[in-house]
Amino acid sequence: MTQTSALYRKRVRTNRVALMLSMMAMILGMSFLAWILVVLLYKGFGALSLSLFTQPTPAPGSDGGLFNAILGSVMMVGMSTFVATPIGILAGIYLSEFGRKGWLAPTTRFINDILLSAPSIVIGVFIYTVYVAQVQHFSGLAGSMALALIAIPVVVRTTENMLNLVPASLREAASALGAPRWKVVLYVVLRAARAGVLTGILLAVARVSGETAPLLFTALNNQFTSYDLNAPMANLPVVIFQFAMSPYENWNSLAWGGAILITFGVLCLNIVVRTMFRKKI
Amino acid sequence: MSSHSTALEPGAAPGRGSNGRAADALAAKQPDPPRDSTRTQRFQDALFHQVTRFFAFSVLAILAAIIASLLYGAWPALHEFGAGFPFSAEWNPVTDKFGGLISVYGTLSTSLIALIVAVPVSFGIAIFLTELCPPALRAPLGIAVELLAAVPSIIYGMWGLFVFAPLFADYVQPALSVTLGKLPIIGALFQGPENGIGILSAGLILSVMVVPFIASVTRDVFEVVPGILKESAYGLGATTWEVVWNVVLPYTRVGVIGGVMLGLGRALGETMAVTFVIGNAHRISPSLYEAGNSIASTLANEFAEAASDLHVSSLIALGLILFFVTFVVLALSKILLMRLGRSEGEKT
Repeated sequence: MTQTSALYRKRVRTNRVALMLSMMAMILGMSFLAWILVVLLYKGFGALSLSLFTQPTPAPGSDGGLFNAILGSVMMVGMSTFVATPIGILAGIYLSEFGRKGWLAPTTRFINDILLSAPSIVIGVFIYTVYVAQVQHFSGLAGSMALALIAIPVVVRTTENMLNLVPASLREAASALGAPRWKVVLYVVLRAARAGVLTGILLAVARVSGETAPLLFTALNNQFTSYDLNAPMANLPVVIFQFAMSPYENWNSLAWGGAILITFGVLCLNIVVRTMFRKKI
Repeated sequence: MSSHSTALEPGAAPGRGSNGRAADALAAKQPDPPRDSTRTQRFQDALFHQVTRFFAFSVLAILAAIIASLLYGAWPALHEFGAGFPFSAEWNPVTDKFGGLISVYGTLSTSLIALIVAVPVSFGIAIFLTELCPPALRAPLGIAVELLAAVPSIIYGMWGLFVFAPLFADYVQPALSVTLGKLPIIGALFQGPENGIGILSAGLILSVMVVPFIASVTRDVFEVVPGILKESAYGLGATTWEVVWNVVLPYTRVGVIGGVMLGLGRALGETMAVTFVIGNAHRISPSLYEAGNSIASTLANEFAEAASDLHVSSLIALGLILFFVTFVVLALSKILLMRLGRSEGEKT
């Protein structure tokens, strides 16, 4: 009797310790998120002002903002999304609608999932060797290409997942009415999964907005405001990197301001997308 | 009658069967079947199929192009330094002698530290989310964990360098030196300059970054465990921990390893956060407190400024090594996760 209760007590104790540790792991994770956000607000809030959005990056010690970096980021992210969206959606359609037989769909699915987590700096090296080194200059276009390569796998994956959620009866109903396959896919299936596909595009935007590594040697940086995609282009992540590592106080403060913009932008996009997406299911 | 033969054609896709039947019913009423429109439809369908196929294929083409261009770019360095390139610790742009050992060591050691710390924490989070968490909190906490993955890596770098590193140097490193640093064999790892940057800090910051990846995969695979298995164990009087350890983990072992591999893949290729805190010094030392360099941080620091062709080529060779290693790790991860998915399909 005493032995059973000793064993029982030991089991209960182990259970309690293990669950306590599990809860502590959760608290630890959350406190790191909170820590980072609080640090960002604390260090960057002072740098937030109207001039941050209207003035270009300054010389050390003078006043300025991040206008050219924000502009460059928006242009390159926009450009890469514009390129990656049709490619990603069409490839996703193939995987979900025509991917039941043959070798191509399983292979593509496999490779796509690997590219999803592939080191982004290698994508930068790739664009450097195939484009930048050939045309002999850094450019916003090269940066957009690198970002598009990172965005495509995200769009492919979510598009396939979302199209798979559309019930087969919808496709069958459309086919029974005599609609050809391409109309079924584009006008019925894709339209039914519209919100989900949009989710994927927004996730891709969120993913590439914060990418620094692939831009370091594709878009490089530019002190001045430039609308020319064929020239080096300023962008938020690289400017933040350069300014944060610099010894100048005003540059450091701008770096924290940019960090707030980028982080809260990306996090808001993620929260909106993920809550929207949960409701859909 | 011609549309009837269309429906029975062996190559017709499943969706076209019903399509053909509909046209057949139509044809019964109309003496003159719409022959041309059927043909146009078939052409359009085939075109659509081929176009989507082309873009699916382009994903494969991207991978092939990446590998080909890296091999091409790395060739001069590999030719010059031979197969010993990854094992040579020399990295000297002045004399044009390059070897990858320092960077490879930095990448592997930071990733290993990251996994050692992140795996238990991720399990804890996954267990909490699947077994302990009140249902109302499950979705928001799940999203919060995913947000940890969404924070751009450059932010982790800034936080690591300006906030984490000073605190780490003031409080954690001295404490580690007098405890772990006194142990006989591993002691040497925890001795050295206590300035907060170096391999150990980089590894710890990486661990914060990979926790969300491992935790969300682990949570997802924990959720595929059939409720009836867990309920049977609970019915026999098992505690929550015993259910997790003896039922959930054995059932999902393959998937959990897949999740850990995914985290490893992420850690190996992480660039900006590591670049900020690793110290960027081309040397190997026994201490984890010393500055080092990982493949990704070497590339980030030197690629745009590399002067000689051999330097650029050596950097690309490092990129090739990184890509190859992450590819293998991620492929293994994917295979393991697929195996879990398949065996689940067999059991239900």
